[in-house]
Amino acid sequence: MSPRNTLTVRNLRTHFPTRAGVVKAVDDVSFTVDRGEVLGLVGESGSGKTVTGFSIIGLLDPPGRITGGSIQFQGQELTTLRDADMRRLRGNRIAMIFQDPMMTLNPVLRIDTQMIEAVQAHTNVSKAEARNRAREALGMVGIPSPEERLSAYPHQFSGGMRQRVAIAIALLHKPDLIIADEPTTALDVTIQAQILSEVQRLAEQNGTALIWITHDLSVIAGLADRIAVMYAGRIVESGDAATVLEHPRHPYTAGLIGSVPSRNRRGQPLRQIPGMTPSLLSLPPGCAFRTRCALADAACEAEPAETGDGHVTRCFHPLAEPVA
Amino acid sequence: MTPPLIELRAVSKQFGTTRDTAGRLSHALAQRLGMAKPDPVVRAVDSVSLSVMRNEVVGLVGESGCGKSTLGRMVAGIMPPSAGAVLYKGEDIATLPPDRAKAAKLAIQMIFQDPYASLNPRMRVEDIIGEAPRVHGLVSAADRDGYIDAQLRQAGLDPAFRRRYPHQFSGGQRQRVGIARALAVQPEFLVCDEAVAALDVSIQAQVLNLFMDLRTRLDLTYLFISHDLGVVEHLSDRVVIMYLGRVIETAPTEEIFTRANHPYTQALLAEVPRITAGKRRFTAVKGEIPSPLDPPSGCHFHPRCPHATARCTIEAPTLRDIAPGHASACHLNG
Repeated sequence: MSPRNTLTVRNLRTHFPTRAGVVKAVDDVSFTVDRGEVLGLVGESGSGKTVTGFSIIGLLDPPGRITGGSIQFQGQELTTLRDADMRRLRGNRIAMIFQDPMMTLNPVLRIDTQMIEAVQAHTNVSKAEARNRAREALGMVGIPSPEERLSAYPHQFSGGMRQRVAIAIALLHKPDLIIADEPTTALDVTIQAQILSEVQRLAEQNGTALIWITHDLSVIAGLADRIAVMYAGRIVESGDAATVLEHPRHPYTAGLIGSVPSRNRRGQPLRQIPGMTPSLLSLPPGCAFRTRCALADAACEAEPAETGDGHVTRCFHPLAEPVA
Repeated sequence: MTPPLIELRAVSKQFGTTRDTAGRLSHALAQRLGMAKPDPVVRAVDSVSLSVMRNEVVGLVGESGCGKSTLGRMVAGIMPPSAGAVLYKGEDIATLPPDRAKAAKLAIQMIFQDPYASLNPRMRVEDIIGEAPRVHGLVSAADRDGYIDAQLRQAGLDPAFRRRYPHQFSGGQRQRVGIARALAVQPEFLVCDEAVAALDVSIQAQVLNLFMDLRTRLDLTYLFISHDLGVVEHLSDRVVIMYLGRVIETAPTEEIFTRANHPYTQALLAEVPRITAGKRRFTAVKGEIPSPLDPPSGCHFHPRCPHATARCTIEAPTLRDIAPGHASACHLNG
């Protein structure tokens, strides 16, 4: 029985030194994920949500590197792990699902070749046994006639089916942690719902911890137990999913929720956040959101600390908690 | 009664395959032996009729491969229909004399999904926006600079950006450049093909607000193509739902979101993720969207439909009125 806590990230900093300056893609990020829990990591493009995922699974491209903090996976420190040891974990205990399934699949190899390779990379089994496991995994994610589909090439699958294959590969070793990076963004709504229902079922059955990275709050609303909202490399608000969505305390979270069309009166102008996401190269000192925030004042030029217990926010002027 | 601004009459678009030399030879041989197979044809759009009144916003919804973009392109005149006619103010564009056909085509402009792919990376913004008005003689050389500034301002961009290239803008700004380019020829009708799909939520809200603002200021009419029902609900007066090349339901927006008739529309609405607190169980329509190369017989939706009967597998239902302004193509309506 694995411990209750699957992943603890503490003060993680991932920086990219570039010619123009240091890009602090992830800057002092902390969160935990428990067994069987779904954490929704929400943010817009450039907020550092994907780099956070890559940092955990050790897939950072140079020049990016972890410059501080710790990542503890089932009590094991990942930031100081040797490459060979990380390889033993990656794909085995920790798996990742990418937005574009073609990033996972090799276009010139048949599905069975790729899946057998993935099985044999971490377990010492015969090819026939590996093929059996691959077939089971395909069946588990709802691919019809898995035996025949095993000998197909990736291009013979539709987008939704390809993403299922990618998920099946991620599930091969029944990992303890899956990092899913916008896995349904490229898919149609009916296919998205199919994938979400599969993932939900699998996380419940196997007790897999899940980090679901997305820019779409409405996808996460029905799926996540907890939500962490990222802005310019920092988590600006985190807490229980229902609490964050119903009573956001950070103005950015409130703005994001407010700008979703279904939250607005039809035909009325949408509530919008003015301005655009800042470049990580030239972040204003203090709160990165203050240039777009209606509540910002002189206090915001200092660095806001995380406040709150359970429902944490990084803001000097958090929106009022409702009176219970 | 004034004719609709845009009317489609039984418009179809088919895409065939072209043979290479070996293919032609083997086809000729097969024909001689009487074994030739019919050419594979994709019916991307299958006899769609649709009219859009002046100052109306029509939302066109469907999943990938349903033909909604092809339909939009035919309306915008980028692609000729294989059959049927596109009417502008009651006249068939294909049979208009050249000068009036040109005016009609200028009046219909298109805004594309990908602001990265739809702007020439080697042209400055002032040329991207200024080229068409110059070619069509809409502004004199003397007024050109002021005109471009006005177009940029109208789309919410700083005229100081006019000497920049597309790569110097963010995604949202680039989409505004695309909007400014379309508006520079003073159109009456805009076809927006997934115009906000590639944008972040907070930027998407800004661009949607711009669309609504321009509609009232410039008296524009939109065909708003999207797979995002939330966006369509917010913006549209009327919604048209497509499935595999056919229109399966059309109704005023409020009606479709409260009293959807077609099983596919109902399923689509049930699966729209909503920000409602609390976990929910995701349920799913069974199966995949079939290939348009080999669509199911009868009603295209029958293999995935929970209410399908024997009749649905044989006979294609026609689009019929079930309430004022509300039409649906389903045998369940009797």
